[in-house]
Amino acid sequence: MSKDVKPRVKVPKKAAAGDVITIKTLISHKMETGLRKDKKTGDMIPRKIINAFKAEFNGETVFSAKLEPSISANPYIQFTTKVMESGDFNFTWTDDDGSEYKATKSISIG
Amino acid sequence: MTISRRKVLGHGAGLGAVVVAGPLVVSSVAPAYAGAVEDIIAEFTGGTEPGSGKVTLGAPEIAENGNTVPIKVSVESAMSADDYAAEVLIIATGNPQPKVAILGFSPMSGSADASTRIRLAKTQDLIAIAKMSDGSFYRDTKTVKVTIGGCGG
Repeated sequence: MSKDVKPRVKVPKKAAAGDVITIKTLISHKMETGLRKDKKTGDMIPRKIINAFKAEFNGETVFSAKLEPSISANPYIQFTTKVMESGDFNFTWTDDDGSEYKATKSISIG
Repeated sequence: MTISRRKVLGHGAGLGAVVVAGPLVVSSVAPAYAGAVEDIIAEFTGGTEPGSGKVTLGAPEIAENGNTVPIKVSVESAMSADDYAAEVLIIATGNPQPKVAILGFSPMSGSADASTRIRLAKTQDLIAIAKMSDGSFYRDTKTVKVTIGGCGG
């Protein structure tokens, strides 16, 4: 688990039932491709990326993504979801080293 | 790879505007990893030939900085419980590892729209292939010019 990894998520606080809302997510991560060489030693820098992302609303997966090294550093993902009820979004990013980074946001309908 | 990303970062910001204004040298857009690209597509579609339409891939015509190129995919779909866009595969044909991402939608997505930022090693074609819930596939292609050669690199 790297300390410098920080997820950020933007979710509207309120919406009307049936609205399609836009969610923006960003996580600070180098996304080391595994194709770069260390300039001093000439050794390849091992790959270390966020390889999966998942967004759940009240326990149900609404959006997911499998990511490859071609995704930019600090991966930014924007997507939409339809909300019918108040609840919590859970966001999970999975690192190559197996660690998971999480964020939670609530939305109220009314 | 001989073209260093660092170089692009260093030169790209300042010289980008000049490069765009000057005569553009269009490098070959032939996919260098065609075999791999075909394999990735076949793996995703299971051999089904993707149709055209329905899926739209949005990307800048010219990307000054290949390190972070904003892209957008959207699929025309009702996004109802039995008719929705299930997945979108994104491929950068000229990257050392052409597979970029697979985005997974659900009927709860409301609309099949998503954006992200990707790395592009050079001028190349991007491909988006959408998989619908009924098992059909749709494809869109877009060429992005990466002004990486602007610094003599």
